[in-house]
Amino acid sequence: MSKVLNAGQAFLKPATEAQTTSDNATALPARMPAISDTPTDIRVMKPSQTRTQTEPDGRTEQQTALLPQDTSTPGQTAVTETTTRARLSPEQLNNLMISALALLAGIAVWHWATAQNLNFYINFENVPSPGKVFVAFTEHLRTEVFYVHIGVSMRRILISYCLAVLVGVFIGLLMGRIPFVRAFVMPYIEIVRPIPAVAWIPLAILMWPTEEASIIYITYLGALFPIVINTMHGVEQTPEVLVRAAKSLGASSFNIFWHIVLPAALPSIAAGLAIGMGVSWFSLLAGEIISGQYGIGYFTWNAYSLINYQDIVVGMLVIGFLGTLSTLFVKSLTRPFLRWQEKAR
Amino acid sequence: MVEALARSPTCGDVPNAPALSGTVDIENVSVVFGEGDKQHQAVTQTSLTIKAGEFVCILGPSGCGKSTLLNTVAGYVQPTVGQVLLDGVKVVKPGPDRGMVFQQYSLLPWKTVSENIAFGPRMAGKSRDESSALANTFLALVGLSKFSDRYPAELSGGMQQRVGIARALANYPSVLLMDEPFGALDSQTRLMMQENLLSIWTEFGTTVLFVTHDVDEAIFLADRVLVMSASPGQIIGDLEIPLQRPRAPEISADPVYIEKRTQCLSLIRKESLRAFEEQNS
Ligand SMILES: Nc1ncnc2c1ncn2[C@@H]1O[C@H](COP(=O)(O)OP(=O)(O)O)[C@@H](O)[C@H]1O
Ligand SMILES: [Mg+2]
Repeated sequence: MSKVLNAGQAFLKPATEAQTTSDNATALPARMPAISDTPTDIRVMKPSQTRTQTEPDGRTEQQTALLPQDTSTPGQTAVTETTTRARLSPEQLNNLMISALALLAGIAVWHWATAQNLNFYINFENVPSPGKVFVAFTEHLRTEVFYVHIGVSMRRILISYCLAVLVGVFIGLLMGRIPFVRAFVMPYIEIVRPIPAVAWIPLAILMWPTEEASIIYITYLGALFPIVINTMHGVEQTPEVLVRAAKSLGASSFNIFWHIVLPAALPSIAAGLAIGMGVSWFSLLAGEIISGQYGIGYFTWNAYSLINYQDIVVGMLVIGFLGTLSTLFVKSLTRPFLRWQEKAR
Repeated sequence: MVEALARSPTCGDVPNAPALSGTVDIENVSVVFGEGDKQHQAVTQTSLTIKAGEFVCILGPSGCGKSTLLNTVAGYVQPTVGQVLLDGVKVVKPGPDRGMVFQQYSLLPWKTVSENIAFGPRMAGKSRDESSALANTFLALVGLSKFSDRYPAELSGGMQQRVGIARALANYPSVLLMDEPFGALDSQTRLMMQENLLSIWTEFGTTVLFVTHDVDEAIFLADRVLVMSASPGQIIGDLEIPLQRPRAPEISADPVYIEKRTQCLSLIRKESLRAFEEQNS
């Protein structure tokens, strides 16, 4: 146990850095467009767009610009429809190309810096080259234990994330709707949210009966806050005029919640779910410091204690890719519910 | 189908016909917002009766309390003093018997045009099929059948407001409340919408309470124009508009139209002069 704790301290520095990033991500809802820089992020960007569109004036201009005449035939608007339905527009393809080239350029610079043993302020002398990392990676792909590491981590993410979604959306909805709940829960969120995942390690070990439960708890906490906060903000942004309209159409409180508040919050909830997935990966890495055996975070951390530089980078990149893939997966799950937004442009 | 369901405005001629529903009584209504120093009287001791089937416009400058008065009828705002009765029953909250059309686009962006109109009937417990049949009927009424599967954002402002009107009517309300519904539209679209609204009203005979700050819009549409003044939220004029129907835009050349327009304008002018002098004294 004390060995584990020491290990945790040794790892403190890199993990805290990861947490700073995670913290930024948790704070993101207020300026959500910032997280979108690839074409796949378009839907995450949308929430803020709808917000502006609920302001009548901005929207009028936009609409009249699109359809100057009231008498426009359906054919005219159908043009926009076919383009949104196409799988990849030329613009998206173009962006994908740019992203691919950027990655290649990054690898090239990395290669160059390590080949030159660059030591100009940043020291590349001990950084493994992309080639070495790639070789290490392919070697690991041939070992069974590497898949066990990945599988164990994915299982932890799945459990923690699902819990965070259930609890986070539920609390977020309540906080957005009921001022009392908001006032009650908010101080806890404000205080607990900035605590980095690594800082939870000792207490998590003491609190939970098993190592596994501690890791899941730490990962869960990471995902929880962005989901709660985005859900709450989404609910609060429900345009009052829509609620009034629904009341005048005879909707009950439940129906107002179900047909108005929830869909209005959905873009923001979806953004929270995507951010939460990313954050759960940073937290997992911290949590897996506790793990004695498996997990990709453990793998990375273990490589660090064994001073196996290639494996550190392999671990980092695997986490990066798994994080990206799972975030994309979350987005693809929420996308069908946000289809109406694609029409709002 | 619409004809069959619509209540004809002329059925008052039929002996022993049931009294038309849609009579609005505003009884000594005052609305005060805020407390203490920040207190603001938006509507002051207003009493009026709107007959069933009547088309009434509330005309006044912005900020004079038109929306607030309308909202007391809608049930969004509770009068601080007094009460509003609809067919003798006190208004306590919003309900489907009072259809509402807003100035801001208020269609649900995540529902298609047809789903938006079907929403009211669904909430009233009608089946999915029945509701969507109603939606189609009302969509045809406003001439937008082709757009039933579109999302609101794909429609122009004028089209969205037509859907808004269809949505409000799909509940067969006894009163249609409209708060500057055409305020955000360009003038051509606006004229077209006004004619459209009049023909719908002729078909339905629903009581309409229509808020506007545009003198021409008020006179073109209304049986009766209530001029409202800002200080402090009172009706300062009640003008009958005895112009024949159906009305076309050319009616603005009619001497009666011109006379009523002048009357309205002079009422508003007198009032703003008074307010101006008050401010400078
Ligand atoms: N909910 C509210 N709280 C406080 N003041 C309000 C509220 N609604 C309206 N007011 C005030 O009451 C006055 C009348 O508003 P409103 O009825 O919206 O005017 P109009 O529709 O004629 O432009 C305005 O001065 C406005 O600022
Ligand atoms: Mg108003």
